[in-house]
Amino acid sequence: MKAQRDVWAETLVEVAGLDDTVMVVDGDLANSTKADLFAKAFPDRFVEVGIAEQNMVGIAFGLSTLGYRPWLSTFGVFLTHRALDPIRMLVSQTHASVRLAGAYSGLLNGSSGKTHQDIEDLAIMRAMPNLTVIAPVDEVEAAAVVRWSCAHDGPVYVRLARDAVAPVLPVDYMFELGSVVVLRHGGPVALVSTGVQSSRVFDAAELLAAQGIDARVVHVPTIKPLDETSLLAAIDGCTHVITIEEHTIIGGLGGLVAETLTSHGIAVPVTRLGLADSWSESGPNEFLLDKYGLSAGRVAERVTAAVLADLPTAVH
Amino acid sequence: MTERIERPPVRELERLARLVRWHVLNTVTQSKAGHIGGPLSMADLLVALYFSELSIDPEHPDDPERDRFVLSKGHSAIGLYSVLALRGYFPIDELASFDHGDSRLQGHPDMRLTPGVDVSSGSLGQGLSAAVGIALGAQKRGRDFHTWVVLGDGELQEGMVWEAVNSARRFGLSNLTAIIDLNGLQQYGWAAQQGRDRFDRSEPWGHADLPMILRGYGWTVIEINGHSFAEIFDAFDQVKRAAESGAGPSVIVARTEKGHGISFTRGTYKWHNGVADETQLALARAELLTEGDQS
Repeated sequence: MKAQRDVWAETLVEVAGLDDTVMVVDGDLANSTKADLFAKAFPDRFVEVGIAEQNMVGIAFGLSTLGYRPWLSTFGVFLTHRALDPIRMLVSQTHASVRLAGAYSGLLNGSSGKTHQDIEDLAIMRAMPNLTVIAPVDEVEAAAVVRWSCAHDGPVYVRLARDAVAPVLPVDYMFELGSVVVLRHGGPVALVSTGVQSSRVFDAAELLAAQGIDARVVHVPTIKPLDETSLLAAIDGCTHVITIEEHTIIGGLGGLVAETLTSHGIAVPVTRLGLADSWSESGPNEFLLDKYGLSAGRVAERVTAAVLADLPTAVH
Repeated sequence: MTERIERPPVRELERLARLVRWHVLNTVTQSKAGHIGGPLSMADLLVALYFSELSIDPEHPDDPERDRFVLSKGHSAIGLYSVLALRGYFPIDELASFDHGDSRLQGHPDMRLTPGVDVSSGSLGQGLSAAVGIALGAQKRGRDFHTWVVLGDGELQEGMVWEAVNSARRFGLSNLTAIIDLNGLQQYGWAAQQGRDRFDRSEPWGHADLPMILRGYGWTVIEINGHSFAEIFDAFDQVKRAAESGAGPSVIVARTEKGHGISFTRGTYKWHNGVADETQLALARAELLTEGDQS
């Protein structure tokens, strides 16, 4: 089991050996994001900007005008909040091939607490025109997404997790931009998730099955641009959609799914689980996942409660 | 061909700068909105750059070997557009489309729309970081071109500027020059202090020694009157010497007058933006255009 940050750095080193446009621009966090691996392998293509995230983005943009395709290395929270304006004007509006690697996303960032927990990134980044937003689930998909992004023309935000999760995708998995992935067949309840949370939701579905609730698990790696047809096909026949994300329930995956279903006139109840308009806190991963309802066990409990509330006949 | 043109006589540059000022006021007036004071304060600096210093080719605005220019104070876009039009990047008549729908000449510079615009700008404080990235990329790619960036003095209140000031020196970017259009006024600012400020509001950097701060960061600092072509050219020569000696980045602190060149716009924050009435436009025409100038 490998953490996405390790996979990110290893994949970049691999791609950079064949593609001399790959660079890393770091904000003094290379030994956390694992960009230090890249720095050792390609010192000439590693730029240490120091603790100045807005400047990092501007410099990466400037480098992109010379044909480089730089990756930014910092915690996601500093990109999507502190450096948002340069991302907006210099990267998104210009369609620059700058890759925003949002490391340490979500709640689980080594007990750093709410200042460093980025629980609004998907909502913020998906509102930005021209930006591709991807949240891979495991090490297999993270590697595929990094490779895909290196070859992509235009800006990409990739949500990466600090710690490893149980892999759910086969090693020969092919990432396809926009498409959702059905991780588990079942129904009539559809559990829709994104990023590493999809792995915990997959485990939750196994717990639910033991309780007699058969749930389908749909992983949405591409927050934007979403292939809506792919999502609609994945939830076809389900009578209750429950979104679960390591993110605020406002404007992220839950918003995306609700908007998509509404736009297509699909009248299925959508329950949104995640951070309920609240900040989190410092604490070990297991504590946070339990307290904020994102561990497999807590997801199973919350899904059961939602299903009982809306679909009493589905449980026997 | 991308090259530096022969430096025209100062008289011709002064005529071009007056034309730029006329196009700024006339275009903004016809468009019924836009900035005046900032475009006028930097007009001489931009004319000097585009008509004698930059190695460029209006026929090939994307030539990879061209010198780069970043207008960090993007709200002065009409000043840049006027210079680009006079230099031949697009027809002067196109200035009439400024700020209109479906125009290549947006309210703030858009590198994806306007020939000759190397970097989009508008949100203040970002241009120097972009220029640092360009100059760093040139260094890594072994390219010889020089990168220029014009910043406003009000804009220097943005923290991101200082992040870039620091980086430029750390990376030893001798191929980078900033020009600060120190026109002494911003959109609103603070009340003037009698005997201390040049104009009708407080100077953005009146309380601090800006050249000393920049020297402290390790930049080569050249202080000039930004309306004197002789001083501007002398500064360009000093920039070249600093670049050739590998001294790191250089900055020209150009003391200018906001709204310079037109009697009723000069030295007042009230013409940060605005539209002239018919009488004012006629007065400006008389002050700026001579017989034979295209109006």
